[in-house]
Amino acid sequence: MTEAPNMDNARYEYLLQLGDSDLILGQRLAALCGHGPALEEDIAMTNVALDLIGQARFWLSYAAELKGEDADEDTLAFLRDAPAYRNLLLVEQPNGDYGQTIVRQCFYDVWHFFVLQALMQSTDTRIADIAAKSIKEVQYHVERSGDWVVRLGDGTEESHRRTQAAVDKLWRFTGEMFRSSEAEQALIESGVAVDVATLYEPWHAHMQALFEEATLTLPGDQPMQTGGKAGEHTEHLGYVLAEMQHLQRAYPGARW
Amino acid sequence: MYAQNVDTGVKKVRGADEMSADEAAFQARIDEGIKIEPKDEMPAAYRKTLIRQISQHAHSEIVGQLPEGNWLTRAPTLERKLILLAKVQDEAGHGLYLYSAAETLGASRDDMQADLLSGKAKYSSIFNYPTLTWADIGAIGWLVDGAAIINQIPICRCSYGPYARAMVRVCKEESFHQRQGFDIMHTLCNGTEEQKAMAQDALNRWWWPSVMMHGPRDGDSVNTAQSMQWKIKLFTNDALRQKFIDQTVPQADFLGLTIPDPELEWNEETGHYDFGEPDWDEFWNVLKGYGPCNQERLQARIDAEEGGAWVREAAEAYAEKQAARKAAAAA
Ligand SMILES: [Fe+2]
Ligand SMILES: [Fe+2]
Ligand SMILES: [Fe+2]
Repeated sequence: MTEAPNMDNARYEYLLQLGDSDLILGQRLAALCGHGPALEEDIAMTNVALDLIGQARFWLSYAAELKGEDADEDTLAFLRDAPAYRNLLLVEQPNGDYGQTIVRQCFYDVWHFFVLQALMQSTDTRIADIAAKSIKEVQYHVERSGDWVVRLGDGTEESHRRTQAAVDKLWRFTGEMFRSSEAEQALIESGVAVDVATLYEPWHAHMQALFEEATLTLPGDQPMQTGGKAGEHTEHLGYVLAEMQHLQRAYPGARW
Repeated sequence: MYAQNVDTGVKKVRGADEMSADEAAFQARIDEGIKIEPKDEMPAAYRKTLIRQISQHAHSEIVGQLPEGNWLTRAPTLERKLILLAKVQDEAGHGLYLYSAAETLGASRDDMQADLLSGKAKYSSIFNYPTLTWADIGAIGWLVDGAAIINQIPICRCSYGPYARAMVRVCKEESFHQRQGFDIMHTLCNGTEEQKAMAQDALNRWWWPSVMMHGPRDGDSVNTAQSMQWKIKLFTNDALRQKFIDQTVPQADFLGLTIPDPELEWNEETGHYDFGEPDWDEFWNVLKGYGPCNQERLQARIDAEEGGAWVREAAEAYAEKQAARKAAAAA
């Protein structure tokens, strides 16, 4: 964005940020369904995917209303190309091994929880309602991924090594979560959006406690990768979208 | 069907006069409709056959996640994606209930799964066919879940309590799956020419495998007769197949689709549809491992099992450490 966005445009962009991260992570998790490390785990992880895609639908439907014309949740999900996607870089990263899947999830879940908790007080009552509806699910996501971080970190030598490697690999995508986009900045003062910079401390404190229990080491300061909220993504997103959007692109205008 | 060819281990079904006192007493309970429960006495062959049948059914649910899972990342709308995710998740749940039911007979889940991965245990032939287009997801829900319901509703009344009860839960979900599959087909058939063609193509490919899902012709199968005497099978394969065809033909008509069987015709006299003979060579080939996707399906399960081994080991190791810590704290 080069010019300062007007309020409705900023709100639209902000809803995309919220919806896109849920959607892309849900899409990543959906690919694991039927391939999980144990049946019970497969079912539980699919629940998380269901929750996230369900929440994405709330955000994207609201965004589509603001956009008007013929927009709906599906045109937004299936007909935007990568540069128009506003998700965090973290969630588009590949599933990798289960350690990477869980660490990615844990970083996101805890951030997601704090965001929704703050958004329950949003002056946009529609946003506050969606946050209130979603937070119970996300509370469970936080418990589940945290539980796994501890089990994997403090499990076997192999699981510890793999999980620490995942942490070290994904850490560079965490900085972006606490840096506001222009759209967010335009909405903070009026109380529509949460100032994500204020969430860094509680998030980091939560991670520190969790990682201590998991016998894992939190990486220190390092240069962070950013750009997702502005549509500058990693190489992975193009493939995620190519797969997800295949039918809508191959049969333009068809109803499914 | 999901258990298509279950060996009962018997050579001949015996009448009451040929049974031992114990066997006769057991058969009398079954004939009276009394459910057999895990702690009850039961003939070894009954137990063994049930384990075979229930574990084949469980394996089918688990492998059955794969063909539809193939379209989870490509479902054309967010709502369809959610419905499909929930469905594939249900199938994992069905696998769980069924493994639990088999465990009540003394089978272990680890052993059953090892038999699946080694190729020793079978699963339904139907899941060895590929899902090539989105319409296949509609066709599977409509035809495969439709066929599953026809097979499984009677099993809700089978003689073994835990199996019957598991089936009650499963059947409720299967009918939801069937409706969703039909809804996908219906939408496609009311869509563009390309979508209609996609729906017809899916029916062309899934029809005969679905007809064969009910298992080989019973003929004078000893296994069928024995299983029916034990009430772990309530109708013959042929009766279930007829019911499936009678139920499905009007649905295909409603959709405006053509079933790829030139011999299919309503028979006034019998009140049923006459139909052509499936390619049984193909059926046996698929069952023996030579279907289009047998290798891929099994490999996907092996990859999940092997790839997840370190995760399961970690969870176990952590649980042990926690138990030791608790014990140390209590001491
Ligand atoms: Fe099922
Ligand atoms: Fe089933
Ligand atoms: Fe099903």
